[in-house]
Amino acid sequence: MSNTSTIAGRQFRSYFNGAAAYIVISIVMLALGILFWKTFFLYGKSTTREMFRWLSLILVFAAPAISMGLLAEEKRTGTIELLITMPVKDSEVILGKYIGVMGLYVVLLLLTLPYPFSVSSLGHLDWGTVISGYVGLFLWGGAMLAIGLMASSFTDNQLVAFFIGLAINFSLWLIGPMLQLLPAEFASIFQWLSFDFHFERMQRGVIAVRDVIYFLSIVAIGLSVAFRSLESRRWS
Amino acid sequence: MTEVMIEARHLTKRYGDVKALDDVSFEVKKGEVLGFLGPNGAGKTTTMKILTCFIAPTQGTAKVNGVDIFEDSLAVRSAIGYLPESTPLYTEMMVTEYLDFVARMRGFRGEDARKRIAKVVDQTALGAVFGKEIRALSKGYRQRVGIAQALIHEPPLLILDEPLSGLDPNQAAEVRQLITHLGKERTVILSTHNLAEVQTTCSRVLIIANGKLVADDTPEELRDRAGKPRVIATFVAEGAELEKVRKVLAGIPGVAEVKRIDGGGTEAEYALTARGSDDLRPMVFRAAAKNELNLVGLEQRGENLEDVFRDLTMADAPETAKKTTSDEKKSSEPEKQKTSDAAPAKDTTSDTEDEKPADADKSDDESAA
Repeated sequence: MSNTSTIAGRQFRSYFNGAAAYIVISIVMLALGILFWKTFFLYGKSTTREMFRWLSLILVFAAPAISMGLLAEEKRTGTIELLITMPVKDSEVILGKYIGVMGLYVVLLLLTLPYPFSVSSLGHLDWGTVISGYVGLFLWGGAMLAIGLMASSFTDNQLVAFFIGLAINFSLWLIGPMLQLLPAEFASIFQWLSFDFHFERMQRGVIAVRDVIYFLSIVAIGLSVAFRSLESRRWS
Repeated sequence: MTEVMIEARHLTKRYGDVKALDDVSFEVKKGEVLGFLGPNGAGKTTTMKILTCFIAPTQGTAKVNGVDIFEDSLAVRSAIGYLPESTPLYTEMMVTEYLDFVARMRGFRGEDARKRIAKVVDQTALGAVFGKEIRALSKGYRQRVGIAQALIHEPPLLILDEPLSGLDPNQAAEVRQLITHLGKERTVILSTHNLAEVQTTCSRVLIIANGKLVADDTPEELRDRAGKPRVIATFVAEGAELEKVRKVLAGIPGVAEVKRIDGGGTEAEYALTARGSDDLRPMVFRAAAKNELNLVGLEQRGENLEDVFRDLTMADAPETAKKTTSDEKKSSEPEKQKTSDAAPAKDTTSDTEDEKPADADKSDDESAA
């Protein structure tokens, strides 16, 4: 466990040692600012619903961007070899990397806190939906970052990892808006696969166990595939 | 505790159809400094990756410090300090942060970690760059950071993959000195393709080519294989004069063979091998003076390990593991030989190093005294 936290700590700090974290945070905040405030006063409602909606869409792009280098960059530079030849389990490497990137994600979420606060200063805000919205966003982001880590384990090229992650995230997101066009008999399956379907309820203030399980299973699948993929280097 | 640090048994590694390692077995005793020698792609790095548990062999196994790599890979890794090829480090970190990270990964905390870091910084003379980012360091310093991280847990076994490549002569000398020093207290394996390196640093040499072990010698034995030292004499001569030079050289008493070894131009270089143990240089000088030849250079060159290396590593290459480059080399050599045979009177000289053996052989046949 201590290896996991050491790896997580190093990963987290490495984001802030370089420009990566600052660039991603700036772009996300800028995009969110433009998209949110552009329509906020048109609706004239004191709700953060739009913020969560936009943020989740932005994260479809941002999550692969911050997770693409997790393993791909270590493979490209060869540092993975030094890391893995220390007395550390492959599972600790994967988990440490994941916790490290989740740390950056939490920072990103914290930076959006001014939104609900400023909205609440303009009118009555239902804080219940804000909390459940953040829980949902945390889970959704966690799922997308696990997918990103998995993508990063497949290649030593960050750009390839980015597009693999983006493609998977975007597909899972796209199912929501596209649902009406899909064959009706499969609709419920597709609906269950969709990010949006599970996030929707949380936006409305409902935290259902099945939605939590949905996101956690994606995390579990992403991490175990990444683990297998890292382990496969020994036998290839 | 056993006296054997590494026991590799029938290691074979296949990457698809290519055999990177083919049934390699060897032992390394405690306290040995072992040089792993071989051309690029021979299997040195693969062997090291297997020993450090980064990859698993397709067949065979190895024991490090008495522990099987398959049975307890964590214990094996704890016993090893490893520096992979080209020194991959987290370059965005400062030296101090990085060593701190490595110490934590090796399970050291607080005061213990600080003491160990201070010790390796002292051993590798990193004090001056302690607070600098690794990306700002010279190659020599990076190499020392790489060695420092391998030493933090005071491992009984150090595995260094090409620790001296890419360093300038001064840096290389410093790192070599460090390795020699470290080798006094522990077992060290280092890979290189620099033969002189092996002679100065190692107590034993394994030569590996195309995935197979082709030699397991001490540097002294290797030197014996290499034969006697040679004298290299350089003349300014052209045309008919070249023949005269050759005749004069071949006529010197004590000269066993004369080989033309240079690459053309107006300067002609000849390598002379002595029959006995005499130094040929005074005799070459006198012979040149007597016959009014333009002798412009004369030196005794150490054991020609390069030739031994070439013989061992190019000789019986198995068809399966051969790379395209060596294929090309193989096919170009007989061709060269043919043209040389066709025009024996001319002093054909080659442009590239790779083609030299063919040429040298030819001159050899022609002029062996």
